[in-house]
Amino acid sequence: MLESLSDNRASIAAVLILLILAAFVVSLVIGKRQSRLRAKDEVFGDPQRTRGGWYWALLGVCTILLTWFYFSWGVGRAYFPQTANEMCQIAKLDETLSPITARLPIESRYYKSTLLVSRNTTQLETLESSLPVEAFTEQEQTELLALIENSRQLIVNSSDPANLNQEAQVQFEKLSGEIETLSADLRKGSEGLEPTAEALAQPKWGVSSTEIPILPTTSRGVLFDQVASKSEAITAAFVKVRNHIPANDALIADTKERLAALKEANESGSFDEKTTEARNAYVKAVDRIFKRLDDGLIFPSKSLDTINAAITDLHDAKNDAKGNLTLIDAVFFPGKGVVKSKTQCTEQGSARWLPKPTDVVATFGKLANPNLEDGGGYRGFPLLWWKWLPVADVTGFLFPDWIADAWPGEYARHGSDGSIDPNFKDKLLAFAEGEVNLGSIPMLDGHIWDSLFRVLVALALGILLGVPLGLFMGVSKFFKSFFDPLIELYRPVPPLAWAPLILTIFGIKDDGKIFLLFMVAFAIMVISARTGASGTQLSKIRAAHSLGSTDRQIMWNVIFPNALPEILTGIRIAIGVCWGTLVAAEMLAGTTGVGFIENIARTVSDYELIWVTILIMGILGLVFDLMMRWVIDKTIPWRGKG
Amino acid sequence: MADLVCKNLNMTFTNPQTGDAVEALKDINFNLSKGELLSVLGPSGCGKTTLLNLLAGFLNPTSGEASLGGKQIEGPGVERGMVFQQGALFEWLPVSKNVDYGLRMKKTDPAESRVLVEKWLDIVGLQGFGDTPTYQLSGGMQQRVALARCLINDPDVILMDEPLGALDALTREKMQSLVLELWKETGKTIMIITHSVEEALLLGERLFVMAPRPGRIHKEYNLPFAERGLSESLRDIKQDAHFSQVREEILTMIWNMEEEIMGRA
Ligand SMILES: Nc1ncnc2c1ncn2[C@@H]1O[C@H](COP(=O)(O)OP(=O)(O)OP(=O)(O)O)[C@@H](O)[C@H]1O
Ligand SMILES: [Mg+2]
Repeated sequence: MLESLSDNRASIAAVLILLILAAFVVSLVIGKRQSRLRAKDEVFGDPQRTRGGWYWALLGVCTILLTWFYFSWGVGRAYFPQTANEMCQIAKLDETLSPITARLPIESRYYKSTLLVSRNTTQLETLESSLPVEAFTEQEQTELLALIENSRQLIVNSSDPANLNQEAQVQFEKLSGEIETLSADLRKGSEGLEPTAEALAQPKWGVSSTEIPILPTTSRGVLFDQVASKSEAITAAFVKVRNHIPANDALIADTKERLAALKEANESGSFDEKTTEARNAYVKAVDRIFKRLDDGLIFPSKSLDTINAAITDLHDAKNDAKGNLTLIDAVFFPGKGVVKSKTQCTEQGSARWLPKPTDVVATFGKLANPNLEDGGGYRGFPLLWWKWLPVADVTGFLFPDWIADAWPGEYARHGSDGSIDPNFKDKLLAFAEGEVNLGSIPMLDGHIWDSLFRVLVALALGILLGVPLGLFMGVSKFFKSFFDPLIELYRPVPPLAWAPLILTIFGIKDDGKIFLLFMVAFAIMVISARTGASGTQLSKIRAAHSLGSTDRQIMWNVIFPNALPEILTGIRIAIGVCWGTLVAAEMLAGTTGVGFIENIARTVSDYELIWVTILIMGILGLVFDLMMRWVIDKTIPWRGKG
Repeated sequence: MADLVCKNLNMTFTNPQTGDAVEALKDINFNLSKGELLSVLGPSGCGKTTLLNLLAGFLNPTSGEASLGGKQIEGPGVERGMVFQQGALFEWLPVSKNVDYGLRMKKTDPAESRVLVEKWLDIVGLQGFGDTPTYQLSGGMQQRVALARCLINDPDVILMDEPLGALDALTREKMQSLVLELWKETGKTIMIITHSVEEALLLGERLFVMAPRPGRIHKEYNLPFAERGLSESLRDIKQDAHFSQVREEILTMIWNMEEEIMGRA
């Protein structure tokens, strides 16, 4: 069932998109009509105006989903599932031809040769003007300038069509002819071409780990694929062509020799350190430019004209053969389209980092599968599941070992027969260490639970300790003045700045993260409880006094309920901040948790997984917040009405 | 003898920043016997609230002493019930929990308190409102709850600081009758501070007119209207010639004080 869903994501997406589109239109129409109805009897600025409006919410959600589908190429894949494969074949052709096009003004402004000439000429000029006169003898200076002049001459010779290497001339003509046959092939069209069985058996686009199936699955794709493989030989031949010309031979030999002599002089001569450095650097720079010119990559511009024309024509032929693909690409595949690298075709642009909604759901489904043998979970740990937790683990955690140590008496010793008879103190220690069998209870388990657990424990501790302290700080000069500096010193430091330190002290297990989150929650709870407590109306406290309350009764019956709205708001904020801090802390260290998954996903650039974790965190955050809002509405209906 | 006595009561506030001293009360002397109804009137800032806070035990006098039934007042206590201008109800509790607050603090048996709460809600005219959240009550109803909450503790003296100040004219009149009724039925000593001259006349067997800077008792009246209010309609009493005459006299007195303050300022 899941498999077939996964295999048919494109069709599922196609239906979904239609539904969303329908919802979009319907909510827009309803919204329009509603606002026309209301416009008459509402004044601008009245906060009541914001109430209700589910249709706008629906419209917003639909907009997000449609945008997501569109920019992740979800729409493209849903309605044109073959397009990416065809684009991949075209990308293959582009990739094989790229060494040729790179030398032509096709996707750039200049011939590669022109660029070489201009760049080398400029560099020669700079060299000439920056000759370090103090490092070289007069004679050497003349020599170097002569060598620079030699290099200039090389450029001049190579650019002269009269000098063009005959072989190169022949090759260019031959290759142009071959490129023309490619264009002719493309113009012939794809009729009669059939994809192979192997190609048809490939996993569909997006289903396997290779993004886009690489073998052509349509006749048009086969055409491009064939042309691409034919062009491989042409490219291979083209890149071998060099403009080695006889006119340069003597010049090159001469220059080589004189450069070698200079280098020799550098090595054998005894100069001070600075001079040696300057001499070496300069000779090396001259040598570098010379070697580049020696490569024979500068052709007379005229000689490349035929090739340029052939390639331009091939591009035209390619665009004709693409047909409606050009339009589809432009409309439904925002970004740079498909690019073929060495072994695979990949999506470029927004689709690269924005996975399709259906793929995210599929990845989530895979992670959420609690069956680890079946490939579920992540790194051998489920996303959210349950397990049997030995009760002893819990008691061992709650019951510190020192209680056993402090118990009067001594631990047992081994007897003369080598046996050990544990006494009560030993048994207490075993209990404190969780080494007894007390049965098991069902307990939640998994990455999500681990994250939740950390937040909840830290939050509980923060509330239990922070609220009473905050209340006392709200009413007592001692508590306020004594604790204020302590809290105000650590609170303004961003929690993540504490993280490296705390994780070092506590280790990468839960303790460190819980402590870090506790620090966050504690400060927030103290401050909110304190604000709530100090905001209690004096007349209420006086009334309570006159009604015979003791100080403690006032604390519990007047100040606490008065601070409750602030405390609950504080909890709401603390949950949000803890949640944010936790994920970052889990990224720093740890082996479980949602942040851990995202961190691994980041290192392997698994964008789908990254988005899954982002969505998990977003949804959990939302759930927390809705829960708190509900709690606030239920527990303090009097808020703001006192 | 449960007399409320003030002897040479002085209260000076010192501003800790500027060191300026304000003589909020100077040489206050009076004796309020059990069952007396006293209203206090005076221009704003003459120290009425300060006097009440001293008697309630929320403040300590700079010098002099206040005592109730021979016992010096040293802090808030159940024997001196308070009613504030805005009720100062605990809005997180429903009406009945507000009313039995004092009993709960004393750990009275719940069954017993339930009966008492019923009784007092009945007396103040709020029967059936026990479970209503207080923030859903109108201002007049909130003051009734505040009265019930105070009276259920059976205090010797009830101190009220402008208890009806925030109410509309009609509700106010009803509440004035209620205060008189409660006074008659319970026989409590009541001290009530008010801004309204009419109210002071209606709700005072005795009436202090206070004067500011330093805060002092300027003039004392003994009035028949509270007694009459128990049997007559308050509206009729207000039509009375004697009533109008005293009212005008006090109004002029307060006007003069206000003018003096203005002139001095
Ligand atoms: N806590 C305080 N610190 C300093 N000065 C105070 C304080 N409380 C009251 N005062 C001053 O004491 C004087 C009397 O104040 P009080 O509140 O008793 O006046 P009041 O008669 O109740 O006025 P109102 O009718 O406006 O309520 C005022 O001048 C006031 O500024
Ligand atoms: Mg006052």
